Amino acid sequence: MGGGHAPNKIHDLVISGESSVHRLPPDVKLVALVAFVSSIAMTPRHAVWAFAVYAAILAAVTAIARVPIAVIGRRLLIVAPFLMAAALVPFIGDGPQTKVGPFNLSTDGLWAAWNICAKALLGATASILLTSTTPIPDLLVGMTRLRVPRPVVSIVAFMVRYLDLLADQFQRMRLAMAARGHDPRWLWQARPVASAAGTLFVHAYERGERTHQAMLARGFTGHMPDLDTPTRSSGAWLTALGPAALAVSVCIVAIVQ
Amino acid sequence: MTAAISIRSLTYRYPNSHRNVLDGIELDIYPGERVALLGPNGSGKTTMALHLNGLLPIQAGSITIQDTLVADANLADIRRRVGMVFQDPDDQLFMTTVGDDVAFGPANLGINPPQRDLVVQDALAAVDATHLAERHPHHISGGEKRRAAIATVLAMSPDIVVLDEPTSGLDPVGRRELAELLATIGATQLVITHDLPFALATCPRSVIVDQGRIAADAPTIDLLSDPERLIQHRLELPYGFQLRAPGA
Amino acid sequence: MSIVAMHAPDGFLEPGVALVTGLIALAVMAAAVRSSSQELGDRQVPLAGMAAAFIFAAQMFNFPVASGTTGHLLGGALAAILLGPWVGALVVGVVVLVQALIFADGGLTALGYNVINMAIVPAFGGWAIYCLVRRVLPSNAAGVIGATAVASGLSVVFAASAFSIQWLFGATAPVPFDTVFGAMVGVHVLIGIGEAAISAMAIAAVLAARPDLVVGAQDLNATQLADRPRVGARPFVIGGLLVAVFLAMVVSQFAASSPDGLEKVAEDKGFSDSATDHTFAQSMFADYATRGIDNENLSLAIAGVTGVTLTLAVGTGMAVGARQLRRAAT
Repeated sequence: MGGGHAPNKIHDLVISGESSVHRLPPDVKLVALVAFVSSIAMTPRHAVWAFAVYAAILAAVTAIARVPIAVIGRRLLIVAPFLMAAALVPFIGDGPQTKVGPFNLSTDGLWAAWNICAKALLGATASILLTSTTPIPDLLVGMTRLRVPRPVVSIVAFMVRYLDLLADQFQRMRLAMAARGHDPRWLWQARPVASAAGTLFVHAYERGERTHQAMLARGFTGHMPDLDTPTRSSGAWLTALGPAALAVSVCIVAIVQ
Repeated sequence: MTAAISIRSLTYRYPNSHRNVLDGIELDIYPGERVALLGPNGSGKTTMALHLNGLLPIQAGSITIQDTLVADANLADIRRRVGMVFQDPDDQLFMTTVGDDVAFGPANLGINPPQRDLVVQDALAAVDATHLAERHPHHISGGEKRRAAIATVLAMSPDIVVLDEPTSGLDPVGRRELAELLATIGATQLVITHDLPFALATCPRSVIVDQGRIAADAPTIDLLSDPERLIQHRLELPYGFQLRAPGA
Repeated sequence: MSIVAMHAPDGFLEPGVALVTGLIALAVMAAAVRSSSQELGDRQVPLAGMAAAFIFAAQMFNFPVASGTTGHLLGGALAAILLGPWVGALVVGVVVLVQALIFADGGLTALGYNVINMAIVPAFGGWAIYCLVRRVLPSNAAGVIGATAVASGLSVVFAASAFSIQWLFGATAPVPFDTVFGAMVGVHVLIGIGEAAISAMAIAAVLAARPDLVVGAQDLNATQLADRPRVGARPFVIGGLLVAVFLAMVVSQFAASSPDGLEKVAEDKGFSDSATDHTFAQSMFADYATRGIDNENLSLAIAGVTGVTLTLAVGTGMAVGARQLRRAAT
């Protein structure tokens, strides 16, 4: 479907830095992110000022963390299909109409399009800021501290560890096909690619079995050990939850209005 | 002297297979020895290694590690004493940082966090990989991966280290550095390899396994300077190599 | 609003729907963690983790569709057939979670409906169809491959239907349910052909290499697995296309059933007329989704029928999965 996912290597997402945003504990950042995007999602569409405040908060965090705007812009492309879909709504929506240039557009549709675009962009920007300032191993530690069940965190950790490896392997199989003149253009020519996917599954599964043996060889008994050394300061919570608390209050005011 | 590893009549057949991949293996390895396990593909070398750590159930015969029988009841103890370095380091380095991976074994042994950190540091220092602790395994070189994989095993302070094809995927410098590294490790070592010069550089004694049996057991230099015996077991020195046994 | 409604961003549906679907997704995922831990034991983490990496990698790569355009695998039904419905749902759920958290692909507050639409519905719906079709087809590798095709294709349509139903409760734009349903299902029928073809050929490759890994084929012995008449990919795709065109026509009948959907006056009138009869439904369904429909009964009928079908498919999948689990445990 669509154009596939971002070609970013999963471990190249972090923009290294020493800012206070980078240094915040990952569990604190995760809580702040969830509170922030929930506020965005719940804000009524007509409270335009509220969205302006959210955008200002994100801009401030971006500036403090020194994440290049171009990086955020590039990663935001992932929501582009939704923005395009939203752009259609004023044309196909019903209800009272507003004249915009040469078009008669649905007023509700315009609000709906605004709503979808604003929330999608703000929400994605917030997520991108988290992954740009937090290495994935730290995110996993954060999830563990937030009591995400250990098996889930471990499965995510495995996935993250082996994703690039499998993707590279698949890429090499595609190259090997191309090197022998395979250039499929129609679905019924997809058999080699699909077979490669099947082969990749077998490789992945067998690697899983070997890794399982390697784990057993080092005393694994079914429970992933806790390797975290907790360090938590209330100061960090105050710093990180500041913007989130601001967003929550903005959301509440916007709803009450 | 009690043998570090003592294998008696070890026989194994994979499910759905029609032949014994191990067919009555008899072998004693003594503490502090470094022994190369040579043999053609499919001769049963890796299957034998997996038995030493209790990763395959013993169907017939027995294995004794020091004075402990390899059996379900003793698995935790056996796995602490016998460290396995697998053929593909990517199978072994499964955590998201090298440091966490080295800590995995000690954590399973129940070593408490402050002491665990020391153990991890020591193990990484032993393979000259202290700088890799925070790195992701996908981002380090083949030689670094191999050293990190060895550190994950050393962190459990094993008495015996089994290495499966440790030179695969290494460049010549990485190979030499690995040979130097193995010489600094005090534990008894069993090195499975196709790389005969490497075996010569690291292991004074070699054992040839063929068709599930021990086909030869002699000083490495003697085995490698016997071309007929090598050919008989599908072993071959690299082009241009010629060895002569001392005194021959 | 078609194919893209899969990795929906934050705020795409109303918060109430996000919350309810979030709770449902959480409950099913918790059950999936437990069930998969029973099925896989201490192999749960490495095997499910590696399978999740596989699904993620498979979704990243494009396969050809027509004249150089490309698509990619969703993999929910394929995961269920390879790994069983519980492990399959867990694995794809983890993929959706990571895509949202790490790639900002899908909103964090949209996780509930995204996990339901991309992981739970395709895995259990696909598994249910797979089990049903297997009964009709011969007990051999060809039967497994054929059932995989049908199940994978329909799983995508189920996912689209599930989204449409959620739209009925939580629409955020003045696009009526039947328009969304028609467009979503219509487009996904076409996508389903690609999903069916790729999943079937991928399963065939796994059956050829390691048939013992396919949970959905564990009932077959070696002779049955070897019994595999080779069907060309082209007739398969053309056949699928014909079925899709037929389905698309049927679906478009629903979409076209309110032709005056764009005529505001009549529709507002129609809406207010029927509103009194359906105060309960009114309060549950998003105003937007039902507003454009002059015949609300029809809209509810569609919603009802789709909902029942979907629930049955997912429910059957779960029941079958649970039964196999119990059998494995004893």
